[in-house]
Amino acid sequence: MSVLVYIETQNQEIKKSSLEVASYGRAIADAKSTSLIAVCFGLEDSSQLAAYGVDKVFVIPTAGDIHFNAERYSSTLVAIAKAEAVDLLIVSGSANGRFIGPLIAIKFEASYFSNVIGLPTAYDPVEVKRSCFTNKAFNHSISKKDKVVISLSSNSFGLHEKAAEAAPVEGTYSPSSFSLEVVTVEQSSAKVSIADADIVVSGGRGLKGPENWHLIEELANVLGAATACSKPVSDMGWRPHSEHVGQTGKPVASNLYIAIGVSGAIQHLAGINSSKVKVVINSDPEAPFFKAADYGVVGDAFEVVPELTSKLKALKEA
Amino acid sequence: MKILVCISNVPDTTSKINFTDENRAFDTQGVTYIINPNDEFGLTRAIWLQQQEEATVTVATVGEASCEPILRKCLAIGADNAVRIDAFPEDGFYVASQLAAYAEKEAFDLVITGRESIDYNGGMVGAMLANYLEMPYLANCIQLEKEGESILLQREIDGGKENLKGKLPLVIGAQKGLVEEKDLIIPNMRGIMQARQKPLEVVTPIESEASSSIKSYEKPPAKGHVKLVDTGDIDQLIDLLQNEANAI
Repeated sequence: MSVLVYIETQNQEIKKSSLEVASYGRAIADAKSTSLIAVCFGLEDSSQLAAYGVDKVFVIPTAGDIHFNAERYSSTLVAIAKAEAVDLLIVSGSANGRFIGPLIAIKFEASYFSNVIGLPTAYDPVEVKRSCFTNKAFNHSISKKDKVVISLSSNSFGLHEKAAEAAPVEGTYSPSSFSLEVVTVEQSSAKVSIADADIVVSGGRGLKGPENWHLIEELANVLGAATACSKPVSDMGWRPHSEHVGQTGKPVASNLYIAIGVSGAIQHLAGINSSKVKVVINSDPEAPFFKAADYGVVGDAFEVVPELTSKLKALKEA
Repeated sequence: MKILVCISNVPDTTSKINFTDENRAFDTQGVTYIINPNDEFGLTRAIWLQQQEEATVTVATVGEASCEPILRKCLAIGADNAVRIDAFPEDGFYVASQLAAYAEKEAFDLVITGRESIDYNGGMVGAMLANYLEMPYLANCIQLEKEGESILLQREIDGGKENLKGKLPLVIGAQKGLVEEKDLIIPNMRGIMQARQKPLEVVTPIESEASSSIKSYEKPPAKGHVKLVDTGDIDQLIDLLQNEANAI
């Protein structure tokens, strides 16, 4: 029984989270002594997958359908999974991955696990560790079905290269009877999205107003980071909701999370629990964030942040 | 227009999460339950449609009798009637199959679920329910407007948003943005009094088997102490991030 991974692309490039999914799929295929199949949509050059242990790549011609189509993509993936005797299918933890995962599971009569961290701890039946209670805890779940769909928590496994053939095969694009069509896509002006970022710089009420956000943006620019904010900041309209990090906003699983003027409410801390290294800059030494952070500076953001930005800039230019 | 809003009973966002029975069960002691925030954004949008389009709003949950207070709260917020499918919600698949068995008989035009519950974070009920009901599904829905026979929708994607056009019937996964935090309806005394008179039907579950089970829980390892850096020594912070944390 082989393993299948859904590979996401953006502007003809494979997303990093999908290379992570391929790495993860390879490790599972090795554990099960089987082959790894990848499926991608409308991608012209899939050769990069050869470096991540993919044995065979189905490239689906999507004709005029240039946008992600959950219904057609999930049907296509299930048709290939059935034809290729797949019993374990993996998607990323991206917005599209989490959209399509349960659709695939129900059509494939598989069990579904989101937010999975690490390789399955058993295969017969499949047992996984996943985060729950919005990163406040983990659970060990067991599949009651023979087939399993996993959505891998982003940045939890990492990239692991392994040479393989990645032989391309043309697949068939499944139709859909639904009339739900994408009209336009608005990409935000930010260079990096929170979901894809290695580093996230986040601001809270301590910044006193939206006019001071250049402090956050300049630091983020130097670090190639995404910008984020706390819930009060988005509720007051200083920043868009898409930047709100926390229990009812976005989870962040970056390598580095820098919180500036964020007090660290329990809901915010839950949202960033999966981030690896946390830095807090806050003038209030009693702010709860200091209990959750690895590194902290008790000081005025308006002095500390510009100094940090200019020193990092000097370092990058050196 | 008939709207179904699916509700999950979840621990309050400020809850400390603990486990009992040798880490095999969630410790409900001292936990206050609330309407799952994503579901509440969806419910508020449904109430607006009720006012604008003369829609009827039904709320449904899969749960034991202890869930009834949040259903009463939904009625106080403005839902017309409530349904409790009398079963323990074993997993998302089980919940979706129970909701589908109820919804199939009622011919809803719009079905709203939260994008995920904030307790188990499965994020699957909406998609699975849509598949059972043979309706299209839209995850992470942040806008829904009726324009004649069409429905204009917006989905939050990584680094942007997508504008879509569709038709009813439809299932959406609601989240903040569909309505704003300030739009959430706080029930007034009149609403609370009326809620007592509104129908809350208890439905017998269908035969269905969960697709997964939870073996155990664990809490994240305790955090070590924060390393404080003096404001006068930002170079040290950069050095720690570079050489100790390997983060930049």
